[in-house]
Amino acid sequence: MGGDKLKIVLSLTPPLLIIGTLFFGGILYGFLQSLGYQPSIGKYDINFDAYYNVMFSERYAKLFWSGLALNLWVSFVSTFLAAVLALWGALSIRKTFFAKKICNFIFSLNLPMPHLVVAVGMIFVFSQSGLLARFFTQIGFIASPSEFPILVKDKYGFGIILAYVWKEAAFFFIILMSVLQSLGENFEELAQSLGANKWQRFRYVILPLVMPNLFSASIIVFAFSFGAYEVPAILGVNYPQMLPVMALDFFLNPDLNARSEGMALSMIIAMIVMILVVIYFWLTQSKIRKD
Amino acid sequence: MDNNLKKVNIYAIYLGSIILILPLVAFFINAFSFRWFYPQLIPNELSMQAWVRLKLIPKEGFRSLDGFIDLWLSNPAIIKALVNSVTIGVIVTIVSIIIALPAARVLGLLNFRFKKLIIFIMISPTILPPIAFVLGLNINFISWGFSGSYWGVCLVHLVPIMPYVVLTMTGIFANYNPDFEHQARTLGANKIRTFYLITLPAIAPGMVVAALFAFLVSWSQYLLTFLIGAGKVTTLPLLVFATASSGNPPLTAAISLVFIFPAIVILFFTSKFVSGNSSATSGFGKI
Repeated sequence: MGGDKLKIVLSLTPPLLIIGTLFFGGILYGFLQSLGYQPSIGKYDINFDAYYNVMFSERYAKLFWSGLALNLWVSFVSTFLAAVLALWGALSIRKTFFAKKICNFIFSLNLPMPHLVVAVGMIFVFSQSGLLARFFTQIGFIASPSEFPILVKDKYGFGIILAYVWKEAAFFFIILMSVLQSLGENFEELAQSLGANKWQRFRYVILPLVMPNLFSASIIVFAFSFGAYEVPAILGVNYPQMLPVMALDFFLNPDLNARSEGMALSMIIAMIVMILVVIYFWLTQSKIRKD
Repeated sequence: MDNNLKKVNIYAIYLGSIILILPLVAFFINAFSFRWFYPQLIPNELSMQAWVRLKLIPKEGFRSLDGFIDLWLSNPAIIKALVNSVTIGVIVTIVSIIIALPAARVLGLLNFRFKKLIIFIMISPTILPPIAFVLGLNINFISWGFSGSYWGVCLVHLVPIMPYVVLTMTGIFANYNPDFEHQARTLGANKIRTFYLITLPAIAPGMVVAALFAFLVSWSQYLLTFLIGAGKVTTLPLLVFATASSGNPPLTAAISLVFIFPAIVILFFTSKFVSGNSSATSGFGKI
């Protein structure tokens, strides 16, 4: 067994070293900087000033809390809509119909598209001179571009939500398709033979069966959309601003003192995501115990 | 059970598919249009102008093999970015596979103390957003001299890639029977021969999928390259972002098409392996 132990340690060290130094090291150093520890500009004292400044100072408080609200709104709505859309798509595409394969392919097409490209695509489709605005003008629905609602670069984050729904619906879709495939239709047939109608079969048979996967996928999607930079950077506005964009703005500010605020923001984002994941594990664990 | 979809649902699915494909359609129209004025739905004239301005395709009259070679050898920004993206992607993919191979084998085949903790540490970069570690790392890299270098960018790309490669390959080794290796060894094959003749063929299909995903994740990194490359390492996503911000739709569309081309090719090749149970799928969600 001694040889095995050495083998285990030697095999696991390189990837753990990479993740340990780069990932955890980066977080640790970011945390230290958020506490004001910046040896490069001669600051060695530790305090929570940056956190206080970002959250409560007159200058930034409004920006921060509106940003946090936008973050929560965008992440919740886009996760929920993507999940619902994918569930509906997956349940429908299971059945047979004309051009099913093509539809199936299109529903998973957005999966490998980088978020960056999806965000650009939203501008092309939903902006006031985009594809949809042109279409509605052609059919006489609107007369000029300004009559088309502002859906990208809007202060409610609609464009950002659209981009995330586009992208993550494909992700949910793939996961749901494989769950539904592995379940087969036996449960539903059984429920039907016992007299369950369509809604009951969905509510009491399918939904509980796909819920665990749907829920864990939702956590991944929520956590991602909460902390990602590209989509809000392209489709967002200056106020309100999503937190990751705000963090990078602070960080890239020529004033080196603003760095601590940027780090503090990124730590706040990470902490919220972490709390969420812990709640998720706690929920699933307690559910397993109950079962 | 009724296996046919209701008419209304079929139309809804068709409509959904059309809506989902709209961005792609818009990319193609924009990339091959010239003076596509509002409210034209289809441009009056098709044009390669964007591609010529991008310096990916030579001007009219120069579109021979020599013309292409001359243009590409003049090293325009798009070719530079393409070369950078491919080089970094390939290096990172190879390194991540080499590093992950022994670790995945141990994790897949053996049971030991702290295994769960180690797996948790390995997958933690997939949960927390990249902005949480890259800001701190950026400053470290400046002091270590990695900032603005190819190696720095390669190194930082390993962070989001490592978890997927290790997880995907751990899955392969969990269904792998090492007894065949023992048989080969007792029949006189040495370690290297055994690896080439027994281990590699067994894990190759899964390894290819892991490699393709690793490449794709590296290919689509924006934030990490931007912060660690410090403006000196330009990859395709950086070019897409810069062009998108400058507001030239045909040019943005053309670069975007170049950028998504490998993604779609990889989807074709791996669609068989992409399922909800594969850890690689969650990698797709993040690119």
